[in-house]
Amino acid sequence: METLFGLDYPTWWFLVVGGLFSGYAILDGFDFGAGAWHMFFKKDSSREVALKAIDPTWHGNEVWLVIGGGTLFAGFPVFYGTLFSAMYTPFILFLLFIIFRGISIKFRNMEDMPWWRKMWDWSYSISSIMLAFLLGVVLGNILNGMPLDENFEYIGGGFFEFLNPFSILVGVTSLALFMMHGAIYLLLKTEGKLYNRVQVFLKVGMAFFIISYIITTAYGLFKLDHLLIVFKENQILFVIPLLVFLSIANVPRLASKEKYGWAFIFTSLTIALLLVIVAFELYPRLLWSNDIQENSITIYNAAASTKTLKLMMGFAAVGGPLVLLYSYFVYRTFWGKVNSNSEGY
Amino acid sequence: MDVEILSRIQFAFTIAFHYIYPPLSIGIGLLMVVFESLYIRTKKKEYEVLAKFWTKIFAITFGIGVVTGIVMEFEFGTNWATYSRYVGDIFGSALAAEGIFAFALESSALGILLFGWNRVKPWVHLVATWAVFLGSMFSAVWIVVANSWQQTPAGYHIVGEGMQARAEIVDFWAMVLNPSSVDRISHVWLGAFLAGAFLILSVHAYYIIKGRFVVMSKKAFKITLMVAAVSSLAQLFTGHNSAEGVAVNQPAKLAAMEGLFEAEAPADLYLFGWVDKENQTVTGLKLSGGLSFMLHQDFQTPVTGLNAFPEEDRPSQVNAVFQFYHLMVAIGMFLIALSLFGLLQWKQGKLFDNKWLLWVFVFTAILPQLANQFGWFAAEMGRQPWVVYGLLRTSDALSKSVQANQVLFSLILFFIVYTVLLLLFIYLMNKAIKKGPTSDIDFDEGSLNKEIANVISK
Ligand code: HDD
Ligand code: HEM
Ligand code: HEM
Repeated sequence: METLFGLDYPTWWFLVVGGLFSGYAILDGFDFGAGAWHMFFKKDSSREVALKAIDPTWHGNEVWLVIGGGTLFAGFPVFYGTLFSAMYTPFILFLLFIIFRGISIKFRNMEDMPWWRKMWDWSYSISSIMLAFLLGVVLGNILNGMPLDENFEYIGGGFFEFLNPFSILVGVTSLALFMMHGAIYLLLKTEGKLYNRVQVFLKVGMAFFIISYIITTAYGLFKLDHLLIVFKENQILFVIPLLVFLSIANVPRLASKEKYGWAFIFTSLTIALLLVIVAFELYPRLLWSNDIQENSITIYNAAASTKTLKLMMGFAAVGGPLVLLYSYFVYRTFWGKVNSNSEGY
Repeated sequence: MDVEILSRIQFAFTIAFHYIYPPLSIGIGLLMVVFESLYIRTKKKEYEVLAKFWTKIFAITFGIGVVTGIVMEFEFGTNWATYSRYVGDIFGSALAAEGIFAFALESSALGILLFGWNRVKPWVHLVATWAVFLGSMFSAVWIVVANSWQQTPAGYHIVGEGMQARAEIVDFWAMVLNPSSVDRISHVWLGAFLAGAFLILSVHAYYIIKGRFVVMSKKAFKITLMVAAVSSLAQLFTGHNSAEGVAVNQPAKLAAMEGLFEAEAPADLYLFGWVDKENQTVTGLKLSGGLSFMLHQDFQTPVTGLNAFPEEDRPSQVNAVFQFYHLMVAIGMFLIALSLFGLLQWKQGKLFDNKWLLWVFVFTAILPQLANQFGWFAAEMGRQPWVVYGLLRTSDALSKSVQANQVLFSLILFFIVYTVLLLLFIYLMNKAIKKGPTSDIDFDEGSLNKEIANVISK
């Protein structure tokens, strides 16, 4: 197999897709988190300011999902087909909540009636919570594995199969993680009374995350042996969970000093490192076949042709920096705190 | 109902709904760029007001376009898993390119376009407006390339067998520039310009009739009318090119579009008609040998008809394909006639004197929308029974693991949610249009004139 700097192309593409989804989780993650806290703001005007904190940038963040989806489709079509059709119900729900999240933000301020605003506030907040939860649920199912046949087609049950205990735990944990992350983002963007209120949210969020993280990890360690294979073979990898631990521990420490910029960096790092662990738990597999090992989907049997992967490495090399450049420019333009006078619809 | 039919209904419904908005965004985007450029050059306030007003409308269409577009991307995996595996190499790379090169540009610049008026310099803002517009043009390119490939595959080879067969790229540029890409991209672009232009004409015609924002509206109307006239004429040209391409690459589709059954015979061109599939006849108004002439510049040259193909290889909905195609062409002709007539009136200085003409423009906004929908329905239904023309059948392209009740459930959900979206869209558009570009009375020479007239008549 052809290689580039010692890694084969499917592995490179695994890194690209992983990087994009980490980027998505970090960026849209704080949008989801901010949305999850939204209804805890009691006043209409506070909610308006909280929305302004994400308004100019959430759409750019969502594009990471669009690109992530496209690169997954292009790079690992076999996995794309199997995962999406196996997880039909959660993906459809995810799409519906994506719709509601988007239009709630756009339409909330287009009318002055209190019921109108309140309706969209609720819709925005519930959608954000569900999106964070469903992302975790899908990830949980990937880690859990599923029954596949020799054509890599899912052969398990339909509607509610996706709601197994482990996936629900991962879902709750990702919600908690994003709520912590989102609270810190809001602290960076708000001031005054609102700021003080969000400080309380953050404390709750940190406790929520740490508890659910411990429970989920413990459950995973006891119930899902296959996740540890790679770690047992290369014990040096245990460094990564250690780094996660340190990174998480930094968050309350920095928060207590009100160094939220740094705290934000560490919640982002936590998200990235957790996904690095996921990557090691899977690699080179993408999806475990639970009954018959040989039917597992790996980056090799799922990959597009080397020619396509090479081509798209080219796209990524050109497009990636461009995307970062645009994003940088937009974030710089809207840098700083928001208040009731900031631009909005 | 089985999974196949439900999935097809769901796909057609969600994409048809999505396709209400992107053409509007592209078309309005074009005029947003024009108005803002004029403002930067002339510094005239009314262009600024126009640019801001249409940006507001754009925000509404764009917002719904985005949320419904993500559905489309994911639906390939959820409902068409076998298709996704089969075309991933090709389709996926187009979709990935779309995301990396088009959507990222579009959506980053959008933040500046909508919120940046007071934050960046005017020229930076203009650059952002251009970026949003060009981004939407690019995204149309990539998605239409993907679709054109499935209509006229090129630059690929097939590896694997049975359930694991897949198409892989051998020549990227041959894949991108497959036989129908260029014709269809230009046709789709122009269709989008028409959708946006006729909406703008409609709104400003309405203001002129109602005596609001009259001075500004007349300017906007004239500029937009030129865009509409050029685009509608060009649309005839690109449409004709598409038809010639279809005749070569997808003869069964062309036969369905014209209701042609006989395997090899000189072919007629129908202005309108009704296809009876059982008896293989078409009743309607025709030009004998017209299709032969269009394709071969000769009334006698035979054209391949449906009977030249085995029953299982030809589109089953012949009449529907015929009707959609003919309605689109009829609308195209009408748009050409209307915009040329408008230009003529303008030249004679009578453009705004005829109330009835303005009313015609008010209601014409819906027609390019319909033509866009009809065009896709003709193109996609004419492609059946293939998903990838000549290679993969629609019935084989499904997700094997999805059950009918799941698809029924999602279809119902989409139906409810999209109905809400459509109502919201209409409500908000109506509200924005009623409110108008500005509350600033200084521009409102129309109502000012009216008031003066009122005073005089008293
Ligand atoms: C002629 C153009 C055209 C056509 C045929 C389609 N689209 Fe579209 N789409 C656009 C033109 C467009 C657009 C104008 O570029 C939009 C509207 C708003 C936006 O962000 O981009 C868009 C939005 C949009 C988005 C959201 C992007 C974002 O978040 O910014 C996705 C994922 C798709 N589309 C995917 C699809 C798929 C999978 C289609 C076909 C099966 C499809 N579109 C047909
Ligand atoms: C945006 C405008 C479009 C409209 C209105 C449209 C319309 C339709 C319709 C009506 C069908 C159902 C045909 C039938 O079942 O008889 C269909 C199917 C389909 N179309 Fe399109 N289409 C559009 C664009 C696209 C694009 C851009 C692509 C791909 C890049 C695409 C890919 C497909 C696929 C995969 C199916 C499902 C399988 C099939 O029935 O062939 N379509 N579309
Ligand atoms: C003026 C005469 C017109 C002719 C001769 C014409 C011809 C065609 C043909 C032959 C196709 C099928 C292409 C294919 O399957 O590959 C097509 C598709 C289409 N048409 Fe038209 N058309 C005309 C006007 C219009 C107008 C006015 C609009 C919209 C405002 C429009 C929008 C579309 C769209 C969206 C499609 C589907 C995309 C595609 O396949 O290119 N057309 N047209």
